[in-house]
Amino acid sequence: MTNAESGSPDKEPATTDQAARMTLDNTERAEPASQQPPERPALGRLFVANLWAANTFTVTLLSLVLAMIVGGILMIVSDPDVLATYSYITARPADALNASWALVSEAYANLFKGAVFDPDAVGLTAALSPISETLTYTAPLVFTGLSVALAFRGGLFNIGAQGQATMGVIAAGLAGFLLPLPAGLHLLVAVFAGAVGGAVWGFIPGILKARTGAHEVINTIMLNYVAVYFLVWLITQNGVQDPNRTNAISRPVDASAQLPRLFGDDLRAHAGIILAVLATWAVAWLLNRSTLGFELRAVGSNPAASRTAGISVTRTYVLIMVFAGALAGLGGSQMVLGTTAAALTPLVVAQIGFDGILVALLGRVKPWGVLLAALLFGALQAGGNRMQSYSGVSLELVTVLQALIVIFIAAPALVKAIFQLRAARAARPQTSLAKGW
Amino acid sequence: MEPGEIHALLGENGAGKSTLMNVLYGLYQPDEGEILVDGKPLQPRGPADAIAAGIGMVHQHFMLVPVLTVAENVMLGAEQVRGGMLGFLDRRRARREVAEVSTRYNLQVDPDAIIEDLPVGIQQRVEIVKALTRDVDLLILDEPTAVLTPQETEELLTVMRELKAAGRSIVFITHKLGEVKAIADRVTVIRRGRTVGTATPEASRDELAALMVGRTVRLTVDKEPATPGEPVLELSGLVVDDDRQVRAVDGVDLTVRAGEVLGIAGVQGNGQTELVEAVMGLRPLLAGSVRLGGERIDDRSTKEILRAGVGYVPEDRSVDGLVKELSIAENLVLDLYDRPPFGRGLALRPDAIKKSARERIAQFDVRTPSAEAAVGTLSGGNQQKVIVARELSRPLKLLIAAQPTRGVDVGSIEFIHSRVIHERDAGTAVLLVSSELDEVIGLADRIAVMYRGRIIGIVGPDTAREEIGLLMAGITPDPADAGANGATAGTDGGAPSPSGPGSEDEA
Repeated sequence: MTNAESGSPDKEPATTDQAARMTLDNTERAEPASQQPPERPALGRLFVANLWAANTFTVTLLSLVLAMIVGGILMIVSDPDVLATYSYITARPADALNASWALVSEAYANLFKGAVFDPDAVGLTAALSPISETLTYTAPLVFTGLSVALAFRGGLFNIGAQGQATMGVIAAGLAGFLLPLPAGLHLLVAVFAGAVGGAVWGFIPGILKARTGAHEVINTIMLNYVAVYFLVWLITQNGVQDPNRTNAISRPVDASAQLPRLFGDDLRAHAGIILAVLATWAVAWLLNRSTLGFELRAVGSNPAASRTAGISVTRTYVLIMVFAGALAGLGGSQMVLGTTAAALTPLVVAQIGFDGILVALLGRVKPWGVLLAALLFGALQAGGNRMQSYSGVSLELVTVLQALIVIFIAAPALVKAIFQLRAARAARPQTSLAKGW
Repeated sequence: MEPGEIHALLGENGAGKSTLMNVLYGLYQPDEGEILVDGKPLQPRGPADAIAAGIGMVHQHFMLVPVLTVAENVMLGAEQVRGGMLGFLDRRRARREVAEVSTRYNLQVDPDAIIEDLPVGIQQRVEIVKALTRDVDLLILDEPTAVLTPQETEELLTVMRELKAAGRSIVFITHKLGEVKAIADRVTVIRRGRTVGTATPEASRDELAALMVGRTVRLTVDKEPATPGEPVLELSGLVVDDDRQVRAVDGVDLTVRAGEVLGIAGVQGNGQTELVEAVMGLRPLLAGSVRLGGERIDDRSTKEILRAGVGYVPEDRSVDGLVKELSIAENLVLDLYDRPPFGRGLALRPDAIKKSARERIAQFDVRTPSAEAAVGTLSGGNQQKVIVARELSRPLKLLIAAQPTRGVDVGSIEFIHSRVIHERDAGTAVLLVSSELDEVIGLADRIAVMYRGRIIGIVGPDTAREEIGLLMAGITPDPADAGANGATAGTDGGAPSPSGPGSEDEA
């Protein structure tokens, strides 16, 4: 059951990750090993067999590889200098291949250096910088990803994480510069306000769905617009707009309401990532170990049977959307209480709500999966910045990479066909992704 | 298969009957083996190939478009067009074909009737006509009688005899032994994907049943006479609408006493579903009252009604009974998850849930590799056992069992029946709703027959089948009532059938 799968993936993917890389390299070597005495190779072979079976982890990893290959081709095609070498490829193929390799490998190396670790970095701050950037981008995506995933498990397709995050950022921002509260308490109030803002924005489509059957996809999309334009209007109002500025920007959030930085003042990583891990744990507990989560999963899979068994489907729908909204609102609040911005602007929430949908799908709508997926997206974002400034590959390529990964994951049959994977039992979650509609 | 033969394919649910026929009809591809038609191998890649080879199929669930007319449904997939490139549908020709086939085989249908207005029996006839217009030599009927009244079944058997006389061959898939004996020329029994025997219809019911399940089964339910006690469930003046706001239950008064089984017999769609849902608080009451042990429960929520000591086995287990993606253990506590010992406050107690699940699985003989397996992976019979186990694991005052053995294999039917009787003997009132007449007669102490939203008669279990069958068709022995019912039955008169509303009046 899902319990067994998502109960402990916090450690599982970490180990599988390493193991996977090892075994991917060792696939050929594992074959001769199987001719040795039956016990040890049996284990190893079982592992390799499982790896090459089309389980969700393998498909995810291979989707990433495929996306990077396609991304590499796009880089070559979009670089005029490299493309020029292809005009005489029959005469001197080495030129074209070398130039392509140099471009793609350097770009991906910069992506890695910007996201994980730069071997040339001098000093602790510089060494931690990529990780710090990755975590900064990851934290809000975890929340919006959890928001979408939670709703999805309850059978609702929450396209409104963007709007809920926007209401969250508004509420958190207002609480951050309007309320004169002591440090500590001020931060708590601001974060809580963000959650409430998002929850209210989730409650509206929830109650409409429960009471009138109005489809949540339509309503959440529409509420996204309402939230965004409300933010744009609000910023220029008296008392909200920064009195020293003429453009659309609000007063800055008080220092007492800002999330503390984790690695000192020079690095942007802030306590939001800790909240994100706590939220992941809380959502995992809620889903798998609580009565509410039981109702949610039952209603999500079969509302008719849940109703017959005495579960209030309407109440569950409303609660799901309130929780989903609160999570997205928390994600939004980090965009103004964290280090990416200190004041409200029309684009302050960026795309975290929409990225959250991708993160949720990539994480197979499981809490710990969402955390890992958000980490990947955060890393791509952080690395993409460096890739742009050092290799001249545009940041949009990162968005293309993200899109390709999700497309490959949404089409597991394609990945399986390309890599000739054997069909495995674990193929079900992917097909369930299409169910929300 | 010989020309002009009726060959019955008999087997439990999940034995592979339907799969075999779907392969023949080209819906599935065989992994191994070959199909010979007139001595030539056939490898149907799709239904079109099968039809071209002269094979037609009537599916268990009708493949008709409800909003189209009979003629339009018949031509669907083989549309006749005229006007060349313009491609006007030639409705007139389709109508003519329907009329021609109808008269040739004495299968009367109105080509202009809209499918959704027709009774099930006629819809099935449309399916048969559809297959026959494709000029088939071999007709596959997949559990054709599951949805029919005894009278409609009788008519179907007549139709089958006529087709046989016209030289058509029929494969008749069923798990009802009586029909096999009545019509088949040859019987092949399938168990777990293998042919386990071929028999002639002269073989006794018990022999055939033993072949089907691989052991001897008791087809009758052993039970002592009931000792009815106090009234437990009292319905008075119940009026309920269905989903389309059409009156489904129209003034039902009914009492079920402790320690008795009240069976509601009737053809599906006569208000039984809505009646039960109204009692469970799943459907609003327009008038009347529901009392459980003297207390009104019609204003309570489903959860409160369940907690008051009502067990409910819903008629459609995959829609209303189980959450297929959840595990067996979780489905076993679907109504009790928030009560100690399974839940305390906001937290679930997985250990308690698992422990209880293991006990129930052993007690109710659910065949599963583990309590953690998703319930959707179980066979129909075992899924039904999970529901029965869940509902019988609380102290009950009233058990409502709707179609408790539909689509369940013979072995599980036996088990579920014995459980229901066991519950009755423990003093629980049991309300059994079934469209299987044998089941109602076998289990019930009193039989109420429901027709068009009303109880038109309550009879004892030793009443003749024919009499109950007539009641199910809306014909009461009382001539005055018969006239009244005949008048209401006239609404579906769009389909002229040999024993349509007209013949009801004669009876």
